Amino acid sequence: MGTTTLPAPPAAAEARHGSLKRERRWAMIGAYIALAVFVVFFMTPPFHMLMTSLKSSAEIADLSGNPWIVGSPTLMNYWELLTEGNYLIHFRNSVIVTVCTVLISMVISTMAAFALARMKFWGSATLATGVFLTYLVPETLLFIPMFQIVGQLGLYNNLWAMVLIFPTLTVPFCTWIMIGYFASIPKELDEAALIDGAGHLQMLWKIFIPVALPGILAAMIFAFTVSWAAFIYPIAFLVSSDQMVLTVGIVSDLIRADTFQWGKIMAGALMAALPPLLVYAFLMDYYIAGLTAGATKG
Amino acid sequence: MAQVALRKVVKAYEGGVQAVKGIDLDIADHEFVVLVGPSGCGKSTTLRMIAGLEEISDGEISIGGRVVNDVPPRDRDIAMVFQNYALYPHMTVFDNMAFGLMLRKFDKAEIKRRVDNAARILEIGPLLDRKPKALSGGQRQRVAMGRAIVRDPKVFLFDEPLSNLDAKLRVQMRTEIKKVHQTVRTTTIYVTHDQVEAMTLADRVVVMNGGIIEQVGPPQELYHNPKTRFVAGFIGSPAMNFIPGRLENGAGALRVHLPGDIVLPVPAERTERYKALAGREVLFGIRPEHLTEAKNLDRPHVAAMTATPEVTEPMGMETLVHFKMNGAEICGRVDPGAPAQPGHPLPMAVDMSNMHLLDPQTGRVL
Ligand SMILES: Nc1ncnc2c1ncn2[C@@H]1O[C@H](COP(=O)(O)OP(=O)(O)OP(=O)(O)O)[C@@H](O)[C@H]1O
Ligand SMILES: [Mg+2]
Repeated sequence: MGTTTLPAPPAAAEARHGSLKRERRWAMIGAYIALAVFVVFFMTPPFHMLMTSLKSSAEIADLSGNPWIVGSPTLMNYWELLTEGNYLIHFRNSVIVTVCTVLISMVISTMAAFALARMKFWGSATLATGVFLTYLVPETLLFIPMFQIVGQLGLYNNLWAMVLIFPTLTVPFCTWIMIGYFASIPKELDEAALIDGAGHLQMLWKIFIPVALPGILAAMIFAFTVSWAAFIYPIAFLVSSDQMVLTVGIVSDLIRADTFQWGKIMAGALMAALPPLLVYAFLMDYYIAGLTAGATKG
Repeated sequence: MAQVALRKVVKAYEGGVQAVKGIDLDIADHEFVVLVGPSGCGKSTTLRMIAGLEEISDGEISIGGRVVNDVPPRDRDIAMVFQNYALYPHMTVFDNMAFGLMLRKFDKAEIKRRVDNAARILEIGPLLDRKPKALSGGQRQRVAMGRAIVRDPKVFLFDEPLSNLDAKLRVQMRTEIKKVHQTVRTTTIYVTHDQVEAMTLADRVVVMNGGIIEQVGPPQELYHNPKTRFVAGFIGSPAMNFIPGRLENGAGALRVHLPGDIVLPVPAERTERYKALAGREVLFGIRPEHLTEAKNLDRPHVAAMTATPEVTEPMGMETLVHFKMNGAEICGRVDPGAPAQPGHPLPMAVDMSNMHLLDPQTGRVL
C-alpha cells in the first residue's frame, strides 16, 4: 500500500479527490430519489383532491372517467362554496377560534414557562413536570368532564367554547417547549438585565422573547395546528351550522345522508388547507433562520 | 463613585455550604481591588453578593456609605462584566450598551453621547451596528466593558472577564482594563484565579481561601511579606519552596539547618525577629528566584549550597532547576549560562534576605 501511494502523492491525492466528488454525486442522486418518492407519496392525495374539486358533479359520478384527469375543468365548486351556504361563516369561525387560541396559548405559556424556568419558587420543578404530564392525558379522557364544564357555563353549541377548550390542549405542550428554550438562555443574561435595571416583565419582553423567538414560533405553529385541525371537540360540542368551524362544517353541511358532494368537499378542504400553508411558509423561514442563528449564540 | 465596605459577610447556600465565612473588607474610592484565590474559594459568591445577585446570609455590605443588603441590583448603581460576556444576542453593540440607559429613561442624545464616548475609549466605534455573534472574543469583551462604562456606575464588578480569551489576547485586554480604569477611575472589584492578573492589575490584592480572606495588601507587599503559607505559595510563579528544617542558635548567630546537613546563616537584621524561636522546627520558605546559580557569594546575606538537579527546564531568559531535598520538591531559577545538568551537582546561592520562616503546624509566617 505504502509503495503505491508514497512515491506519487499528488496523483494519489487527485484520485482521492475524484472519488470524493463521485461519492458526493451518488449521495445527491440517492437523496433526490428518496425525496422524489417522498413527494409522490405525500402529494398524491392533495393532487387527487385538486382534480376532483375541478370536476362537475356529473363528471365525478361518471365511472368511465379517469379519476386523475379532469375532462372539462370548472371552478363551479369553489364559486358555489364561496357564494352559497355557510362555508365563509365556517371559515370565519375557524379564524376567530384559532387566532384566539394562539393568542391565549402564547400569553399563558410564555409567562408560565418564564416563571417555571427562571423564578425558583417552592414546587416549581414539580410544577414543570406536572405541566408535561397533563399533556400526556389523552384528549378523549377529558371529554366528559369538559362537556359538563361547557354545559354549566352555558357554552354548549357556542363557538367560544372552543376558545375555552383548545388552550387547555395547547398550553401544556407550548409551555413545555418554551421551558426548554428559556432554560437554554444563559443565566448571566438575566443577571446582566437585572443589573441594567430590568424588571421581570421587561426581562421577559425585551430579552427572553426575542432570544427564544424560534421556540416561541415553534409553539405558535403547534397551537395553530392543533386549533385549526381540531375535530373531536367541535363535532361533539357544536351542532348548529353557524357556530361550526371548518373541519366539522364541511362534513356536516356537504354530506346530506348518503349524498356526498365530493367536488365541494374537496374544494372546501383545499381552501381550508391554505392558511396553514401560508403560516408555515412564512414562519418556517423565520424559524429556521432563528434556529441556525441561535446555534452560535453570542 | 464610592467606597465599598463588607462587614462580617456570610453566605450559606441551601444545603449548608458556607461559601463565604464572615469576611471584612474595605475598598476605597477609585481603588482597583482584585479578589484572587483557588477555584471554589468564594470569590464569585462575594462579588455576586456585592452586586445583589446573591442574598447575604449574614453581615452587612455598604456601597458609598449606604447599606445595600436589601437593595435590588438595579438600585445599587453597579455594573458587572461576566466571564461569558452575557451580551444580549439579539441586540446590536449599540443597543447592548444603551439598554441600561434606555431602561433608566435617559434621553436619546445623552445615550448616544455616552455610547460614543465609551466606544471611543474602547475603540469599538466601527462595531456599533453589529450583533454580538459577528464579533471576536476580544471585541465582545470590549462591548461588555462598554456596557459597564456607559452606565457610569459607582462600582465596576468583573468576574473572571478574561478567562475565555486566549493567552495573548488576555495579556492585551489586561492592559486595556488597566487603561480604562486609569481613564474613568471608577472603584473596581475584579475576581480572578490568575495571580499574575491579580498582581498586575490591583492596587490591592485580596487573597481568599476556603471562604475566608487570607491577606489583603498591595501586590508587592503580598509578594515580599506574605502572612500565611497559603499566600506565600499562591502569590508568585513558580511557587515558593517550603523546606522543613530547624532554627538553631550557633556561634552567636541564628542558622537554618536543612536536611542534607545544609546550614544557612540567618541575616543579622533578622536575628531580633527570630531570636525567640531558636531550637524550633520550622518551614524554611524561599522563592525560586532567590535560589540561583552561585553568584554574589561575597555579599553578607547570600549563602552557598549545592544541589543536584533532577530536571532542568530552559525557559529562554532563565532555566528552572528542580531537585529534591528530603522529599520536598524544590525549584530554583538559574541563569541559562549556568552549568545546570540533571544528575550533576550544581553550586547554588541562596538569597537569605528574602527568606521566610513558617510555623509547620499553623502555616503562619513567623
Ligand atoms: N448556587 C449554589 N448552591 C450551592 N453551593 C454553591 C452555589 N454556588 C456556589 N456554591 C459553592 O460555593 C463555593 C464558592 O463558590 P464560588 O462560585 O464563589 O467560587 P469561586 O471562588 O468563584 O470559584 P471559581 O474560581 O471556580 O469560579 C463553592 O464551594 C461552590 O460549590
Ligand atoms: Mg467564580
